[in-house]
Formats: sequence, C-alpha cells, structure tokens
Amino acid sequence: MNLEFTQEEQDFRDEVRAFLKEKLPARLSDKVRQGKRLTKQDMEEWHAILNEKGWLAPHWPEQYGGTNWSVMQKFIFETETAMAHAPRIVPFGLSMLAPVLIKYGSEEQRQHYLPRILDGTDWWCQGYSEPGAGSDLASLKTSAVREGDHYIVNGQKTWTTLGQYADWIFCLVRTDSSGKKQEGISFLLIDMDTPGIEVRPIKLLDGDAEVNEVFFTDVKVPVENLVGEENKGWTYAKFLLTYERTNIAGIGASMAAIERLKHIARTTKKNGVLLADDPLFAQRLARLEIDLENMKTTNLRVLDAAGKGGVPVAESSMLKIRGTEIRQEIGALMRRAAGRYAQPFVSESMEEGYNGTPVGPEWVGPVSSQYFNNRKLSIFGGSNEVQREIITKAILEL
Amino acid sequence: MDFAIGEDRQMLSDTMSRFLAKNFDWEKRLKVIETDTGFDRDLWNELAELGVLGALFSEDVGGFGGTGFDIGTVFGEVGRAIATGPFLETLMAGRLLAAAGETDALESVIGGEKIVTFAHQPAHDAETGEESDVTASGSGEDWTLTGTKGVVGYIGAADLIVVTADDKAFLVEAGGEGVTVSDYKMVDGGAGGELHLSGTPAKLLAGVTAEDIAAAEAAGIVALSWEGVAIMDQLREQTLEYMRTRKQFGIPIGKFQALQHRMATLALEIEQARSASINAAAYFDKPERDRFSAAAKYTLGHVGNLAAEEAIQIHGGIGMTWELPLSHYAKRMVMLGHVLGDEDEHLSRYIALMQAA
Repeated sequence: MNLEFTQEEQDFRDEVRAFLKEKLPARLSDKVRQGKRLTKQDMEEWHAILNEKGWLAPHWPEQYGGTNWSVMQKFIFETETAMAHAPRIVPFGLSMLAPVLIKYGSEEQRQHYLPRILDGTDWWCQGYSEPGAGSDLASLKTSAVREGDHYIVNGQKTWTTLGQYADWIFCLVRTDSSGKKQEGISFLLIDMDTPGIEVRPIKLLDGDAEVNEVFFTDVKVPVENLVGEENKGWTYAKFLLTYERTNIAGIGASMAAIERLKHIARTTKKNGVLLADDPLFAQRLARLEIDLENMKTTNLRVLDAAGKGGVPVAESSMLKIRGTEIRQEIGALMRRAAGRYAQPFVSESMEEGYNGTPVGPEWVGPVSSQYFNNRKLSIFGGSNEVQREIITKAILEL
Repeated sequence: MDFAIGEDRQMLSDTMSRFLAKNFDWEKRLKVIETDTGFDRDLWNELAELGVLGALFSEDVGGFGGTGFDIGTVFGEVGRAIATGPFLETLMAGRLLAAAGETDALESVIGGEKIVTFAHQPAHDAETGEESDVTASGSGEDWTLTGTKGVVGYIGAADLIVVTADDKAFLVEAGGEGVTVSDYKMVDGGAGGELHLSGTPAKLLAGVTAEDIAAAEAAGIVALSWEGVAIMDQLREQTLEYMRTRKQFGIPIGKFQALQHRMATLALEIEQARSASINAAAYFDKPERDRFSAAAKYTLGHVGNLAAEEAIQIHGGIGMTWELPLSHYAKRMVMLGHVLGDEDEHLSRYIALMQAA
C-alpha cells in the first residue's frame, strides 16, 4: 500500500497547477473564492478555456475529445481546479448527457451533439424531476405520444437548474403507462426553442433563482431525438445518476472551503478570543477536518477499485452522503463564524465589482445565502435518505 | 498510489487467519478467557513460530516487517479472531528494546521464549485521587524505579517488563527485587494488572528517547486501528446476517427502514474508519505521523462505539447475551477506546497539533 502520488502523478499535478496559474483568470477565481454570483458568461469563459486546452471532458473516450486520463489523474485535476477556485463546470451536457449518448445513443447523435457540447454551442439542462416525482422519480407523468414522425410532449418538469440559459433539455418522458412504472419511460432530447415550452423561474430561499419549472404543451419532438430504445429510458437514467454521484463528493471544493474556514478561524475574534482557540468551535472544525481527510482516502480507495474494474454502488452513495454532509457543516461553521453579521442581506454585494461599504467582516456577505443554498446538497442527486436505501440494498442483499 | 496490501502481507494474513480459525475457535476462546493469564501460552509460541511476531519488527533487529502496513496486517487478524495475548505489549515494548539495541532480549520475545509487557501509563492514586507514575533515580548503569503503573496488559504472565519513566525506558525482570504485581481479568477477556515498583533495580534502555516512546505509541495506535476496523467488519457482518434472518411482524427485520438507515450510516462510518487506519499506517514513518495518528484514534473511538452500540441494539435482547460472540466483539471494540487514549483525548491532541501548526 502506498498513498503517495507516483512521480508521473506528481508531474501531472504540477502540469495542472501551471496551467491554472497561467490560464485561470483572477477575475473568475476571485469571484468563486468570495462566493459572488457567476454569470452565464463567466461559466462559458472557463468552459472555453478548458476546451481550448483539451481538458474539458476528461471522462469521455478519447475519440470524442476525452483525455485518456487515469482515475487518479481525474481526481488530481478535479481537486486542483477546485483548490484554485476555478468556476464549476456546468455538468448537464458534459457529465450527464454525454456519457448516456456515448453508451446508449446512435453514432449520428454522438457526431451531432458531442462537438456542440464541447464548443459551447448547446447549453443543456436536465428534465428529470416533476412536481409528483422527486425521490420517486419513476412516477413521472410527462407524456410523449407518438404521432407519425414526432412525439407530442405534454407535462411539467421542475427544479431545472440553470434552465433559463439552456438551448436544449434532456427529458425523461412516459411513453407507456400500461406496465410497471419503470418500464414505460423514454429518454428524449428537446430543443428549448420548440413552440409550447415555457420556462418559469423558481425563487429559492436564498433569494436567487437558479432553478426553474419547465412546462410542455403539445411540444412536437422529432422521433430521431429519442435516445436508445423507446421505454428503456429508466436504464439510461439510472446510469446517468450513478455517474452524477461519483463526482458529487466534492472533495476539492471542501478542501478549498476548509482552508478558507481555518484562515477565518485564525483571524476572527469573538468575545476577545480567536475562533481557532474557542474550544467548541475548534472541536467542530477538527472533527470536520478529520472527516474530510478520511473521506479523501475513502474516495481514493473507491477510485482505485473503479480503476480496476469494480462497480462501487454502495461506496458512491456513501461518498454522496458524507461529501454533502461535510459541505453543509463547512457552511454551518462559516455561518457560526459570522456571528451576528450572518444576518444582513446585501444582495448587491454578491455581484462582481460591488463598491459599497462592507457590513461586518469582508467575507460574510454570501455566508448565510450559501448555507441555505447548501440545503440542496442532501436533497438533489437522490436525497441522502435514498442513498441510504441504495447502500442497504447493496450490502444487505435482502 | 496503490491500495493493494501486497503479496507477502496477504500470505501472512492468510496463514494467520487459517491458524486462528483452526486453533482459536469460539469454544477455545471461551476457555482461554477464563484462565488467569487470559491467553494460551502454547498458542502464543505457535504464532511466534509462524512469524507473526517477527512481522512487527524490521530486519535489522531480527524481524522481517515493521512498517505500518505490516503491523496493520497482523492486528487485522488479531481483531478478526478477537485473539487474546500480549500482541500490543510485544509491539510497543519490542520497539523500545529494538531502539536500545537489546537484540538478545528482543530475539527471545520474537521467538516466543519470553513474554514482554509494556508498563507505560500511570496508575490511579486512591489517596490523592490523582494519577501517580513511576519515577527513576540513578545514573550511568545504576538505576532504580519507584512508583506504580496502571492497567499493564498481561503483566501476570510477563517475564520482562519495559517501564517508562521520565521520558526514559527501563527493563525490569518480573519477579525481581521490589516488584509487586496485583493482576486481574479484563472486561474484554484478556488480563492485566497494577505494577508496583519500590526501589526496583532496572536496566536503562540506553539511547531510547522521548521520540522513540512517541513512535512506540504511534505504532500502538496503528495496531489498535487495524484491530478495531477488523472488529467493526465482524460486527457489521454479524448484524447484517441477523437482519436477513431474524423475523418480527412476519418479515425479516432488515426490511424495516429505521434499521436500514442506521445500518447504512454505520457502514459508511466503518469505511471512514478504515480510511483513517490506512492513513495512520501510511504516515507512520512520515512527518505528519502525529496528526494522522490522533485522527485515527479519534475516528476509531467514535466509530467503534457506534458500531458496538448499534450492533447490540439491532440484535435486540440476544445481543445482550454472553453466549453470542457478537457481544464479545462489542466489548473488545469499546475497550479499545480505553487503550492509549480515548476519542476525546485524541481530538484534543489533534486540535493542539492544528493550533501549533
């Protein structure tokens, strides 16, 4: 056993660091570090920089633009970019749809859609959840009825993240209601400009609107936009969700956040005592750091096993649960560190170039908003309770 | 990066596992823990012949292992069988014998001819309510020790005792002048005792420093972490099996969501503890040793208690019985937290290391 990076892995890490130092614009990393709102243009800018380098889609096969990196290289890349406060890569096209197209789509679909994901032509969003189908996703009702060369789609999707920017949506739709609910679902690609689609923003508890409702009224979708076979969509959907979960632990983001939290704890006094020296605060921080350090090794073990051909079903759910719990606890400690200054809500201070007089310590602006926004982490991608079901199912074999 | 245990260690692990399964089954263990010494000397000698003790030490001092992962491999098997015997004492005392170049004494320990124990932690003083420790006086080759050490593992069976005092280490012959032992059984099946020294002549283990003692403690924590994770695995497997077969309200209790979620959380925590034990072994000979050692012992205590308590709770009444092996695993698991510092002490230590950084 050896937990050290090999020389090759160290060289790779140095290469990633050099690239980030040269190409990651300070304007963007500053915004990420300070928790300011990223615009569509910000996200597209970083997407284009990575695409130019050829590092945008590490997990794709090389023939479609992947990097042929080992699992360890992908881990290094993810943690280094997060530690450098790079903007997150919008995952819907790159990490969710693309693996499905590569595994289950037609060659025409791959040739058409994959290059457009890479060069940023198409912004994708995810049409999964519905008002009556959250954790119980297979209960979805949005219907697609075949009429000649088209499907006619009617229904409603919800929690569609960044749908307001999207050119396309990949949707789970019901094409058969006669049998088991999992067996009548199909996977459909829909142009957001098609008549009959309406997007309405949902204002969330932090005051922002990153998610939307999407309504479909007699939307005509060409049959060639079906991925794989009709009524087999549930298989593709589950494949996509597994993909989503292995990257959901967010080790790099947590490592970056905990460094920032420790810096704040060492420089912020409450009642005359540095937070780092406050026994209760120090204890929560230490537990958090140990948990993260343990999880980093757990994650590496899972990657090692996956690299050797294993299918870590229970383990990826464990990573999702603990990864999100850690991120939420970091947010809770940031809020705790802010003390009374967690209360002021100066929304404009979260915009780039805000010049107003800061209220409280310079870092407190987005703290409460992030804490509340982070409630989503244990809900989306399959709630943490659903993950526990998956774990027990895998280990109990009952 | 590589998480494979390696061929040699796998062989050692298989050998030890087969040997213990054959020679230390449940009936045997129940008999052994009723004896005064708390372990079987013949079995101990056979384990020594198999090379189990040699794996704890490096080649230059007569062993053939000695890395964090070698220690972990041996103690993983100790945990799986909840074997009793002075494994931890041999590891820790043996390292100090090695540091002092006492190769003859160490050889007799590795070969099983002599039993060594490690008298390291202070005793409780009933008069003052405080901890009281052994002090050393003397110089050169002429030293005596006075005072008491508390809860010294397997002291009743020991031929040699390595005693720490004033950041030094000494070798004391059992049964020698000024050595009194009051021994007892332990909650988890082994044995221990209080060691009283009164002007006891002792041999200074020359060259042993406070750092050597700290390294021995770190080795002990690697050992306990791997032993603990192996016990957690047993607790988990036995509890899962019970959830599959035990029926209430007409269905296996594993169908109940309240139990499923508790089990899922426990399984997750056990993986975290496994990672902590791997970290402790990997950083055992690196500058970050103490941070990962403290993190591992904290994690072991925290998850170990959870594993023991949940396993008993999910079993219900039967989990409370002496008859069920599970209860013995649970006891050993919880007691590991009382060796070399509990989770709170190591969390405090971790915080102090962070604050000093």
